[in-house]
Amino acid sequence: MLDNIVDLSRLQFAVTALYHFLFVPLTIGMVWLLVIMESVWLMTGKQVYQDMTRFWGKLFGINFALGVTTGITMEFQFGTNWAYYSHYVGDIFGAPLAIEGLMAFFLESTMIGLFFFGWERLSRKQHLLVTILMAIGTNLSALWILIANGWMQNPVGAEFSYQTMRMEMTDFAALLLNPDAQAKFVHTVSAGYVTGAMFVLSISSWYLLRGRNVEFARKSFRIAAAFGFASICSVIVLGDESGYTVGEAQQTKLAAIEAMWHTEPAPASFNLLAWPNETRMENDWQVSIPWVMGLIGTRSLSKEIPGIHEIMAQNRLRIESGMLAVQALESVRRDRQDSAAKAVLEAHKKDLGFGLLLKKYTANVATATPQMIDAAARDTIPRVAPMFWSFRLMVGMGMAMLLLFGWAFWASLKGNFQHRPRLLKLALCCLPLPWLSCELGWVVAEYGRQPWTIYGVLPTRLSVSTLSLESLYGSLAGFVGFYTVLLVVEMMLMVRFARQGPGSLGTGRYDHETAH
Amino acid sequence: MLDYASLKVIWWLLVGVLLVGFAIMDGHDMGVGTLLPFVGKDDTERRVVINTVGPHWDGNQVWFITGGGAIFAAWPLVYATAFSGFYWAMLLVLWALFFRPVGFDYRSKIDNPTWRSVWDWGLFVGGTVPPLIFGVAFGNLLQGVPFHFDNNLLSTYDGSFWGLLNPFALLCGVVSSAMITFHGGVYLVHRTEGDIQRRAQRWVMASGLLWLGGFTLAGIWLALGIDGYVISSAVQPDALPDPLAKTVSRVAGAWLGNYQRWPLTMLLPLSAYLAGIAAMLLLRGGRSFAAFWASAVGLAGVIGTAGISMFPFVMPSSSNPASSLTVWDSVSSQLTLELMLVATLIFMPLIILYTRWAYKVMGGKVTAAYVRENNHSAY
Repeated sequence: MLDNIVDLSRLQFAVTALYHFLFVPLTIGMVWLLVIMESVWLMTGKQVYQDMTRFWGKLFGINFALGVTTGITMEFQFGTNWAYYSHYVGDIFGAPLAIEGLMAFFLESTMIGLFFFGWERLSRKQHLLVTILMAIGTNLSALWILIANGWMQNPVGAEFSYQTMRMEMTDFAALLLNPDAQAKFVHTVSAGYVTGAMFVLSISSWYLLRGRNVEFARKSFRIAAAFGFASICSVIVLGDESGYTVGEAQQTKLAAIEAMWHTEPAPASFNLLAWPNETRMENDWQVSIPWVMGLIGTRSLSKEIPGIHEIMAQNRLRIESGMLAVQALESVRRDRQDSAAKAVLEAHKKDLGFGLLLKKYTANVATATPQMIDAAARDTIPRVAPMFWSFRLMVGMGMAMLLLFGWAFWASLKGNFQHRPRLLKLALCCLPLPWLSCELGWVVAEYGRQPWTIYGVLPTRLSVSTLSLESLYGSLAGFVGFYTVLLVVEMMLMVRFARQGPGSLGTGRYDHETAH
Repeated sequence: MLDYASLKVIWWLLVGVLLVGFAIMDGHDMGVGTLLPFVGKDDTERRVVINTVGPHWDGNQVWFITGGGAIFAAWPLVYATAFSGFYWAMLLVLWALFFRPVGFDYRSKIDNPTWRSVWDWGLFVGGTVPPLIFGVAFGNLLQGVPFHFDNNLLSTYDGSFWGLLNPFALLCGVVSSAMITFHGGVYLVHRTEGDIQRRAQRWVMASGLLWLGGFTLAGIWLALGIDGYVISSAVQPDALPDPLAKTVSRVAGAWLGNYQRWPLTMLLPLSAYLAGIAAMLLLRGGRSFAAFWASAVGLAGVIGTAGISMFPFVMPSSSNPASSLTVWDSVSSQLTLELMLVATLIFMPLIILYTRWAYKVMGGKVTAAYVRENNHSAY
């Protein structure tokens, strides 16, 4: 029963988060492309740049509407479906969410109204300022969300309190400067920039292939190619940095991504391809490149990266220590004056979360058997195959996009891209890649954090609300139904306006003008 | 810095400020949504109505989102318990809100009467359901909500969704809906002219009477028919928050206790009446801008009345009163409250300043001519 509720809650969160993330990266990237186009308009005074800002802005708006719609779900779902999580870590996790609203989302949402409606009422400089503030708001919003998420991955600056039965903030600066949060922020927003660039590049290529709105499409292509090339380089370099911080904070995730079952002598080799076997806990076969993994994961030739078996052995010790913490906590909750229990809790507090993993097997952790402890230690490793393949697909698509943007940038420097149908067709075909790789990136980061909601602190299984199965089936069905309809409507509008092109502005300067 | 007890009270006030801000700003958008199908008779009129809030609804909706975030950060137990306990009510609010961003942005993108009519009713649902449910939720808070905590502070909701829809709570829902419709109507009178304005004015008068009449009825019911809650153990405002450390009893008439203790708080219900009536009179006198702010004071009066009646309770428990959540024991740590206070003091004035600028830029009457001239860019 509880396991079903946990699984359904996870499924609902995954569905709503992955869906939300179909819209977020495009917003984050497009907003800077709008800033660039409008700045060029202000500097050159050429009308086509204002038309570009308005037309791409229109598509941006269609996407943004669903980003807002699905974002509200995220803000409320912690409370509705993850009530114990919200209580247990709200003291830390709630703050960045609230600051996101105050500092970023208000700014973004107020400015977006002026962006669309203020063209006639604002001077050119004022309007550009509005667009820039909208972009800053959007990106700050991502920053605070990723500070919250970074803390789930690497819970720094907080400590457990038995009086309030929750984690409490001890160091706000540590939360802000969390290396996980910083690496995630730059990696994620860069991925958003790539998404925006790919969107403009692909649709512009389509116009060029059809010979429509050639001047408009050429200018859009050039901006997208340069912006996209810079962004994809940054995604890859900073993604690598992200891999390094993951290795520091979450050994289990790194080991699962790499299907590294055993610790190798440093520097470890990198499994380019492998076939992980969960039951044998080995790879059936693998193709490895010597040294590379050690370099990526530790930035050194001498540090070892622990393999899955060794991590499980370490975690088994932490679970045994955590058992004592859980028992001591139960005593203290019954009698706040129990100083012996308080001392035990203090000594084993850092392993409390590991002790809580045993709740899956027994309500009374004190009676856990060695088999249960073994099973809980096995649980600390996320399933390897989905991690291994998600990561490789994500990186593979990143490399493909690097080649595409490299070619597009080179061709746009030479100025001959509109006569290169192979490039234009390739750009069109690559349109889905940023979305696919962003979604896979989410899977690597969040699926790879299992079995925890807060890594090493709170097991996912204990984080849920006390709800009935019927409620969860009902809400999941409702979300899937609503989101499917909304996606169909959004795609229909997007395709319709992208096909029509800048003629939809009704300026009289482009092909396929709207009649009315 | 401030001591913990003061911070707790300040955060009670700040959550109140955020709720009032939400009611004033997002409330007028929602009231406009409720009135949309009734004051706009053809497509152009409806576009006029929608464009009065077109540039602003998105920013205004952030009051709602920030309110949720602030409750998460400042009162994590309230956020966890209320949102999971009121599961289906929260989902209905959420799903109703889905219609707003897409309704506003997609409606004008296709010139087809059925398409546009669907989004009109979507905007109606998105504007009408949330205030109704928030009113019902407040009605339930005033009666106590069936939930309890175990020793690890895991909350369990002991009631059903249908139990929320009791007569008193529904009356509170009507009061909330009427008040938000009134507020949206006043805003429409301010931003439109001609037929739309005349129709909006009629709706304002009707909803104003319903609001103040319902508010009176709810007040009498609360005084005579609903038990309040009191903390029966010693209160330690500066203690570490632990909702299970106190005892609570239900006492008839306890929700009136604060008015006897601090007679000045009677200004809150009084201001709801005075400001509501003033708004109607100002509107008749053609002073629609002043009427809008009078209406805003009225909303603050109603929300303040609900808040002060329950103080220090935030979410009393009817099934296990000792689990009740109060201002003293449902809060975050002192450090988090301090940080959030600093963040609020820095950013709230900025938000008000740029929101004011946005309204100034987009100010003036929205007319049929405006919609025609901006056929491609207006909603």
